Amino acid sequence: MAKPSVTRVSVDQITVSRRPSVSIAVVGNPNSGKSTLFNRLTGLRQRTANYPGATVEKHVGTATAGTAVLELIDLPGTFSLSAHSTEERIAVDVILGRMPGTNPPAGILAVVDMTNLYQGLYLVQQLMELELPMVVALTMSDAADVKGLRVDIDALQARLGGVTVCPVVATTGQGIKALRQALAELPGSPQPDLPAFWPELNKAAEQLSAELQGSVRRIEIERALLDSSGETEQEILGRLGKDRDERVGEVRRELFGDEPPLAREARYRYKWVREILDEVQQRAPPLITWGSRFIAWLNRPGPGTIGLFVVMAIVFQAVFAWATPMMDAIDAGTAALGSFLASQMPEGALASLLSDGIVAGVGSVIVFLPQIMILFLFIILLEDSGYLARAAYLMDRVMRSVGLSGQSIIPMISSFACAVPGIMATRVIPNRRDRIATMLAAPFMTCSARLPVYALLIAAFVPAESIGWMNLQGLVLFGLYLLGIFAGVLTALLLRVTALRGPKSPFALMLPEFRKPNLRTVLMQLWGRVKVFLRRAGTVIFAVAVIVWALAYYPRSDTVAWELAEQQAVAEASLRGGALSETLQQLDHQAAADQLAQSWLGRAGQVVEPVFRPLGWDWKISAAVIAGFPAREVVIAVLGTVYALGDAADEATLAQRLKSATWPDGAPVFTLPMVFGLLIFYACCLQCAATLAVIQRETNSWRWPVFAWFYMSTIGYVGALLVYQLGSG
Amino acid sequence: MTLASLGRGQKGVIRAIDTSDPMVQRLMVLGLVEGAELEYSSAAIGGDPLEFRLFGNAISLRKEQARHFTVSPLPNGG
Repeated sequence: MAKPSVTRVSVDQITVSRRPSVSIAVVGNPNSGKSTLFNRLTGLRQRTANYPGATVEKHVGTATAGTAVLELIDLPGTFSLSAHSTEERIAVDVILGRMPGTNPPAGILAVVDMTNLYQGLYLVQQLMELELPMVVALTMSDAADVKGLRVDIDALQARLGGVTVCPVVATTGQGIKALRQALAELPGSPQPDLPAFWPELNKAAEQLSAELQGSVRRIEIERALLDSSGETEQEILGRLGKDRDERVGEVRRELFGDEPPLAREARYRYKWVREILDEVQQRAPPLITWGSRFIAWLNRPGPGTIGLFVVMAIVFQAVFAWATPMMDAIDAGTAALGSFLASQMPEGALASLLSDGIVAGVGSVIVFLPQIMILFLFIILLEDSGYLARAAYLMDRVMRSVGLSGQSIIPMISSFACAVPGIMATRVIPNRRDRIATMLAAPFMTCSARLPVYALLIAAFVPAESIGWMNLQGLVLFGLYLLGIFAGVLTALLLRVTALRGPKSPFALMLPEFRKPNLRTVLMQLWGRVKVFLRRAGTVIFAVAVIVWALAYYPRSDTVAWELAEQQAVAEASLRGGALSETLQQLDHQAAADQLAQSWLGRAGQVVEPVFRPLGWDWKISAAVIAGFPAREVVIAVLGTVYALGDAADEATLAQRLKSATWPDGAPVFTLPMVFGLLIFYACCLQCAATLAVIQRETNSWRWPVFAWFYMSTIGYVGALLVYQLGSG
Repeated sequence: MTLASLGRGQKGVIRAIDTSDPMVQRLMVLGLVEGAELEYSSAAIGGDPLEFRLFGNAISLRKEQARHFTVSPLPNGG
């Protein structure tokens, strides 16, 4: 009889928990492919949080490497350890282990773009002085092949004191296995045998550290000596006591002579980088393909500018043309669901809540999902292909004429998707005045939440004629986008010559090459956006739909019901056939309108109506606009519910219901001047609590969000007033 | 001759830098140091900022900063 086989495993080989044991900081230049590599290593096991006191997102993921489980921290891209922007400062603080709430890294994954070893190795040299275990990932090795670059990995490894160097292609996963292996061996591996990069600096810092009884590490003192302007640096050197200025000045003079420390550091380190490059890198003539020629041509300013405008025009066309079939399908689906629910249930409050409240309210917002997906897709593609950085460069001169710099372009273009990430993107702007002016201009850009309002009104009231190759509806939409840009730019200009007057900001930018966006990265980002939209539709908008329904449904007036029954009886006694059913239908509509007008929402709407009456709005629109102040897309849900309950409920879609809305005297509510006024109101007003909150967080004061709200609301109201009054003659 | 006066497609090697402007120091951190070779490729809308190739990668800076870098031009194709 065979004995059951037993394998003995020693205790330390059993993986009990999959909790990460050590953290590794992922560090690299901007555009080095760092985030793509991070996504590849961690997959979907990521979480996003904020660093304390800053709105910079902290991306942390878990990567398994063999039996080891590692926590990877994806840091904002930086060119050096001397930080200039908020994001760079955070990266440096995490690397140096000074960030509260974040584990000091036990190792470094340095990400270096193989086509940009020059700047990459500068950062690597600084990182090596941390004396932490390190792995270098050389990304974009495929692009390097195309460019004719050859790198001798063994020679590079030798020059870096034996640090493991792994060439990878993050987009395809090539080389990832070897990188994982190297990461698994990283914790506890011996510190690299450092070449002495700058012995004089090391020695001077060592000495100062000893004077402080080792309370500040050598590396921190080195950074402090080099970076004379930073706050942290002042703080560290402040610990040297009262004669510190003299002491530090003496050390700096000895090390750097008359040169500014940063200039000295750059000269010193790049000399080393060039020596390495001469030894490890060979350049063959680059492969010239039709693709590379086209990209070189697009990189030129003329074609680049034309390209940008063509892309934008295609986006607007696509938002209307491509999305239509999907939107029609969703529209038909919600209409069918609503009438199915209504027919399956006895008439009453529950049936009305389901079909008029929830389905009509939430459905009218969900309809815009296809358009929003297309818009986000284009913005993500523009960003991922490197086009946005090029736009910043191309438009710098133009932006300077309105007192900003090219760097303001990226937040503004992102604001076409949503002003919240747009305002967060202003962090790359080093000048505070520029940054605030950009933040206040950004909410004027037509965001994806304005799009449904525009789309609804345009589709309902602008004829679908074509003018040349564009259709009129697309043109009106394009005009509204231009209006937003114009208002935003004008605002920035006014601010820069008044409250935010000051010197012009400098500008320098690495321009990434155009590259094919990575499908995986694009889809992951798009899904993130769609999730946010659906979550809002399922929570905030759902709640608003239910509340608005209740306000518009209750209280039920018995008087209206009796009058309806009485008049129905009279009609049935005196009329026959077609005339009877027509009259009965009219009575139904009248009763529904009367019930709505005496509901809580109707009463509240009538209170505020006088304010909006000069704009040509009836109480329904006024109520919807008020409800839309926390989040502007809510207005659609409110209109959806209000019109489903009112006299126009027979029409199948919201657009048709709006068209048939009338004043008590029978004149249509939605005239062209009124619609254009409403569009302008929406183009200007700051109806978004999230934007106000993010401006408050980023400026750390309530002054700017409050100012922005009053300023934008006033412009919106006055604009709508002028258009309606002048248009109606 | 400064970086700002290179012709299109012309290459130059940085020989001297006026380091007093803090913005110039930041450009040095990006690799614009003595001995670095740059090729002027194009200008943006309105003739400013300028775009250069530095070790095969594109970098853009404004004329006012480019003037702080003294270069000696290289013969074309060299």
